[in-house]
Amino acid sequence: MRAAVVSFPGSNRERDIVMALERASGRKPTVVWHGDAEIPDCDLIVVPGGFSYGDYLRCGAMAAHSPVMKSLKDKSSKGTPVLGVCNGFQILVEAGLLPGALMRNASLKFVCRQIHLRVEDSQSLFTNAYETGQVIRVPVAHAEGNYTADPETLKHLEDRGLVAFRYVTADGRTDPAANPNGSIHAIAGIFNETKTVLGLMPHPEDATDPDCGGMDGFGMFKSLVDALH
Amino acid sequence: MKATVHVTLKPGVLDPQGQAIGHALSGLGFAGVTSVRMGKFLELDLAETDRGKAEAQVRAMCEKLLANTVIESYRVEIGS
Repeated sequence: MRAAVVSFPGSNRERDIVMALERASGRKPTVVWHGDAEIPDCDLIVVPGGFSYGDYLRCGAMAAHSPVMKSLKDKSSKGTPVLGVCNGFQILVEAGLLPGALMRNASLKFVCRQIHLRVEDSQSLFTNAYETGQVIRVPVAHAEGNYTADPETLKHLEDRGLVAFRYVTADGRTDPAANPNGSIHAIAGIFNETKTVLGLMPHPEDATDPDCGGMDGFGMFKSLVDALH
Repeated sequence: MKATVHVTLKPGVLDPQGQAIGHALSGLGFAGVTSVRMGKFLELDLAETDRGKAEAQVRAMCEKLLANTVIESYRVEIGS
């Protein structure tokens, strides 16, 4: 699997993603700078976390119009899978590749802790190494992860099974106390229509080392390697 | 030509910052503030001299970048 990781001024999780991808695939991903006009041919594009452009105006708003995004949108429309994590999710939403919006956490606080996610669908490029309904433990670290969408979009996401992950308790139940940011329907991550784009706020890349954070996030990278070779 | 843009959360969209400001105001003894909504204010200097064209330009800017129309609405005023 040849992966490209897109980096913006203020990205700070690109190295975590690179390490996770390399652990799973044995190949070093290419890091692409935001000002580059072209993303090289690859099997997967990842937009990592961080604070692109200092979160000016709105999280992800400036990065969504970076030169490299034209190439990303073009490749995505032709079927190249795209993964956006944390700020990467915010960027994909601002760029219109995923519906809805990510608002300030309901608590107004930056939340940095381990949370539990329920895998809502194991039939995707990103989640095939998991079971549907499986609960995994990964960290979140964000201040603007409060997912929202208009009722029509929300109904569409639910009806089409496009909710990828939900915040749950350790035993897999949705509960306001298990929702770190107030996201509607406890949504932590969503797919696009074709399930070739996934955006999520939590950091599976930071749960890919048995000595540091556990291995619950590794399944996502294993899924991608198995699906994309 | 100057243009000003107000960007605010749409009605019904939860505004936790506005709520926190409301709580702080009542804590300071300002009674009777029933709601606070917080937004952004932008001032633009434009080379355009035609008011209609300037407004069309700024509206396009709002749609493309300045506002996230999923959750925000905007108001444009063209000055002199």
